[in-house]
Amino acid sequence: MSDNNNNAPLLRLEHIGKEFYGNRVLSDISFDIRAGEIIGLVGENGAGKSTLLNILFGMPVISSTGGHEGVMFIDGRKVNFTSPNQALAHGIGMVHQEFSLIPGFTATENILLNREVLNGSTMSYVFSDRVSTLDRQAMNERARAAINTLGVNISPYMTVSEMPVGYKQFIEIAREIDRKNTRLLFLDEPTAVLTETEAEILLIALNKLARSGIAIVFISHRLSEVKELCSRVIILRDGRLITDQKAEELTTRQIASLMVGRESERREVPQEIPEAPVEPDNVNYTLSPSPKKKKKKIKPALKVDHLWVDMPGETVRDVSFEVKKGEIFGIGGLAGHGKLGIPNGIMGLYPAGGSVRLSGRKLTLNKPRAALGRKMAFVSEDRRGVGLLLDEPLDWNITFTAMQTQGRFLIGIPYIFQIRNEHAMRKEAKKFIDQLEIRCTGPHQKAGELSGGNQQKVCLAKAFVLRPDVLLICEPTRGIDVGAKTLVLDTLRNYNKENGTTIIITSSELEELRSVCDRVAIVDEGRIAGILPASSPAEEFGMLMMGEKMRVALAATE
Amino acid sequence: MIGRFIQNAGWPRIIIALFLLGLFIAAPFVGVRVDTSLSNTLVRFGMNGVMVLAMIPMVQAGCGLNFGLPLGIIAGLLGATLSIEWNVEILARLAELGAQYKISWLNEAFLTSWREPIGFASAVVIAVPIAAVLGWFYGKLLNRVKGDEMMIATYVGFSSVSFMCIAWLLLPYKHPTMVWGYAGHGLRTTISVEGYWLHVLSDALALDINTENIHLYIPTGMLIFFAVMAFLVWVFMRTKTGTAMTAVGSNPDFARASGVNVDRMRTISVMLSTVLGAIGIIVYEQSFGFIQLYMGPFYMALPAVASILLGGASVNKAGILNVIVGTFLFQGILTMTPSVINSYLQTDMSEVIRLIVSNGMILYALTRKVRAGR
Amino acid sequence: MIRKLFDIIAGNAVPAVFIIISAFAIPLSGYSASYLIQELLTRIGRNSFLILSLLIPIMAGMGLNFGMVLGAMAGQIGLLFICDWGIVGIPGMLLACLIGTPIAIVLGIFCGAVMNRAKGREMVTSYILGFFINGVYQMTVLYLMGWIIPITNPALLLSRGYGVRNAVSLLGIRGILDNLIPAIITGTQGAGQFFSVQGGNAFVMIQLPFLEGSIRIPLATLIVIALFCVFIVWFRKTKLGQDMRAIGQNQAVADSAGIPVNRTRIIAIVISTVLACYGQIIYLQNMGTLNTYNSHDQAGMFSIAALLIGGASVSRASIANVFVGVILFHLMFIVAPMAGKNLIGEAQIGEYFRVFVSYGIIAIALVLHAWKRNREREAARRSLRGNKGGE
Repeated sequence: MSDNNNNAPLLRLEHIGKEFYGNRVLSDISFDIRAGEIIGLVGENGAGKSTLLNILFGMPVISSTGGHEGVMFIDGRKVNFTSPNQALAHGIGMVHQEFSLIPGFTATENILLNREVLNGSTMSYVFSDRVSTLDRQAMNERARAAINTLGVNISPYMTVSEMPVGYKQFIEIAREIDRKNTRLLFLDEPTAVLTETEAEILLIALNKLARSGIAIVFISHRLSEVKELCSRVIILRDGRLITDQKAEELTTRQIASLMVGRESERREVPQEIPEAPVEPDNVNYTLSPSPKKKKKKIKPALKVDHLWVDMPGETVRDVSFEVKKGEIFGIGGLAGHGKLGIPNGIMGLYPAGGSVRLSGRKLTLNKPRAALGRKMAFVSEDRRGVGLLLDEPLDWNITFTAMQTQGRFLIGIPYIFQIRNEHAMRKEAKKFIDQLEIRCTGPHQKAGELSGGNQQKVCLAKAFVLRPDVLLICEPTRGIDVGAKTLVLDTLRNYNKENGTTIIITSSELEELRSVCDRVAIVDEGRIAGILPASSPAEEFGMLMMGEKMRVALAATE
Repeated sequence: MIGRFIQNAGWPRIIIALFLLGLFIAAPFVGVRVDTSLSNTLVRFGMNGVMVLAMIPMVQAGCGLNFGLPLGIIAGLLGATLSIEWNVEILARLAELGAQYKISWLNEAFLTSWREPIGFASAVVIAVPIAAVLGWFYGKLLNRVKGDEMMIATYVGFSSVSFMCIAWLLLPYKHPTMVWGYAGHGLRTTISVEGYWLHVLSDALALDINTENIHLYIPTGMLIFFAVMAFLVWVFMRTKTGTAMTAVGSNPDFARASGVNVDRMRTISVMLSTVLGAIGIIVYEQSFGFIQLYMGPFYMALPAVASILLGGASVNKAGILNVIVGTFLFQGILTMTPSVINSYLQTDMSEVIRLIVSNGMILYALTRKVRAGR
Repeated sequence: MIRKLFDIIAGNAVPAVFIIISAFAIPLSGYSASYLIQELLTRIGRNSFLILSLLIPIMAGMGLNFGMVLGAMAGQIGLLFICDWGIVGIPGMLLACLIGTPIAIVLGIFCGAVMNRAKGREMVTSYILGFFINGVYQMTVLYLMGWIIPITNPALLLSRGYGVRNAVSLLGIRGILDNLIPAIITGTQGAGQFFSVQGGNAFVMIQLPFLEGSIRIPLATLIVIALFCVFIVWFRKTKLGQDMRAIGQNQAVADSAGIPVNRTRIIAIVISTVLACYGQIIYLQNMGTLNTYNSHDQAGMFSIAALLIGGASVSRASIANVFVGVILFHLMFIVAPMAGKNLIGEAQIGEYFRVFVSYGIIAIALVLHAWKRNREREAARRSLRGNKGGE
């Protein structure tokens, strides 16, 4: 911990970059970290933070996809980690957002997991250290010491499963501190699960740690905490380093707007829907006679009141909003705050409560069949898990939902004996393969063999076959390349225009929502932070997303 | 081309097919007749085919391999024994019906000449509803233990067989050919179906060439019965329900999001599998000639499971072709090894080979990397 | 509060039911107390070691090790060799263990490796593996022994000259461990002496006035079992034991903490297999005859059933479960046929009943385990909404 006289920084990154399958996610990142510094690392989801961490820790996902660009130095010496253990050996520790604790173990056992204090024994010479018994007393003392460093009072004998969430976070950090050589600690959203008082205690503890010489990289979306704790702030956006500045030089508002992009840059994306450039020859959605487009209709297509949804990792607490008929409505917000829970809950995929009205009539919740029966269609964010039958051919994927809920693509006598009409299925699949330009060998190809973008198109086709009145789409462009992105978004826009379908898009990419939608709601901690017209300045969305008390401030400015 | 074929067929299948082929080629050299071997293989194929077929619905619905097949077999045994117990009553009742409703063909002469097929049909008719009810409960149980179906199915099978051991002793069967002579109650361990419905399917339309040079017996009726059952299963898997079932097995989350009641599909698949198991054992018995009670059905699931896997099915995908290929290969090995290897080595290695091949096959399927679930 | 009470009752429901069954069946059977105690002591000595061998894989989260029959087979091969070579007594037993150990280790490594390939369905895999290896074992014993593997003793071989007979007498080591330290509990006979000498042998004598007749105690076997219990207690305190507990609870976390998950799982299975090998040797020295092709088959099923009857579950088992289980299971085993005969006049029913119970109890334990696990998953998801923040 005392390389201070040596002038080399603890960690130096030079021109770090990374491409995944031709998709650039990180470019030219360079910065230094010195001992005892606390650095705030902020950026939207997808800004490249996790890729950067993966590179730093030598995660296999990096080397298996062709390695990275640029070099890293520790104490001035060049390093290149090929496994997380090497990073650990160099004193770089990480506290993940998801707890990696063993629930049935005590605090001590977790803090010292795989670093237990052992009693020496003759057996250990014959076999290995693993047959030595544990020195429980010494272990408890060490655990207590680590917990004390944090300035909290948790019994080392307490079982993790009985702890409140906040305690678990402290145990995670204590585990990293106990590692004798830890000099640089990455904390990924450590305060997300803490109450305000717990968060305060944690911030104090981190300051204390930093004074003892440990450098800390604090990753958080809570900008006020970042400003309070950190000496420097590094902002990533679209894989580039936007700012590396002293924290006191920036206001939270500035940080927010730097994160989501400046006003001038936003204009690059065409906002005017009618002028969107689309190849005219393949925009022919004459599935149902297109109604005359009337965007000014007052009756809401969908009215949601006090909705809650138990979706793991995307819990929705209390959400109310209205969507007009024929509107494209966006739902944005940070990952884990519940934006995905809303459409999943409405479609009945996760236990939900509250009231959802579809053109004035109440919708039965918790029953996917009910939602599908009311002419709603859903494109899941979990394409491979929920959206597709990976082991089945494309025609199955595209027509299955329509077959089951609308009784189409069947021949025979309804309710008595019907078998599937493979000819009709194939025809329908072919139609969409042509329309959406799905790259495949034909309707017989298995869905699992397609690329991400083409799989997404299959999911869209599946929804379009249902001829929905309301279409709910989650993360339409996640994990697909730029070209496919544009095509998917254009398709949605056109489908809306042609058929007057109400579309609700949930996405982590704010720019995407602002370019396609009429209005965008931002979800924060399971509640709607605000609903703004898509043309509102990016900064305002940013502030809503950061969940600052700015909600009030913003309301005051309007 | 060949590489692709090998990939499609899978190494274990090719090795076993070549082994079987080798046995057929070697047969004449050790004095084993190919034609009788082939006949035996066909007979055993017909005997076991329906029970292997019973694997399809559950595998397709994602309930795994039906190690609980003995449950269906028990329903079949109940049907078989009851059809004998009530044989006279059933015939009398039919005659009564014929007289009552003036159905001219349902007369004494018809009933006498069709006595055996009627016996067989009554066994099936009795067994199917029992199997459906048992299957319904069994399906409900399996829905509550998703992820552990196979192990639990095994022990559900075992415990139901051992439970029935007690029941066979206590149930008030009276028919003299079935109960122990000295005690006057309690069913015998093996009951002959001779005089009831022995070979009722096997001998129907059977091709029996028995000349000096050739001994060929093809149980046409039984094979046709199997083909009909296979066709019915094939059609069912193409209905709306069958399609939904396949989707449930392929990806339950997808099916749920498409408005399919996953648990209901699984229950139906288990019921179907149990019913097929019940019919399967009756077909087996009419050819074998005996009803084997008590611990008889104990290990009957394993050959059926091994057969379908040998035919190229995996733990969550199976089709009719897998059944046909697998049953033929498996039964072929079972017929050929005792005759060929035994005449060569002068020992009976068939049991050991059966153990190694069938369990090796299941082991291979279990350890194969399946699509990573969510 | 009520929930807690419910949990306690539910947690011990299985042993409780068996105590009730026994309470009815014992008087029905009409067996005397000394007979029952004698039988129970014999069976505790015979079976406990086998059951104890199941504990370590459960600790490592691998469920009930149906693959323990592999160890039993290894033990039997050891016994076949010492029979052939005519080595008797304690040296014979030790030699059998010595031969069995490397075979058990190899089989254990194989079994562990296979189970690592089938994570999430270890039990059904190990169960089928048991059958598979059984095939290999039969191949070895029935065809290779006396042909490629030299077996010279004609008493062991089938009349055709190779392959081992179905039943092999283990007279040479019969009861050798059980009677190493002779001990007898008597009722009225003698007066106050702790040691007595009869026919040149020293006996440990314990007197209990209410007993009729005398009871022989397999003291040395019980000591070996006690030592084994001490081993398990010690093992739990080692680093290896701690690692296994960690893996048993959460493989992903254990892996990210740098614990070699797959290797540790293999070690757990190897230990279990080797111990099952010794367990089978102890079991067979008590029985005195080896059913070459069947003895191992039932070892697994009966051991697992006994452990579960003792109140263990697929994910949790203690030494206490072993002994409660072995007593209750075998009490039922001894009593059931006689009770069945006296009740319905059919001993067969009691016999089938105990088989049914053995399988039924395993089925129920597996169902409860899966059920509980799925319910906990549900509960974990539901609890999320109560917390603040996302994850």
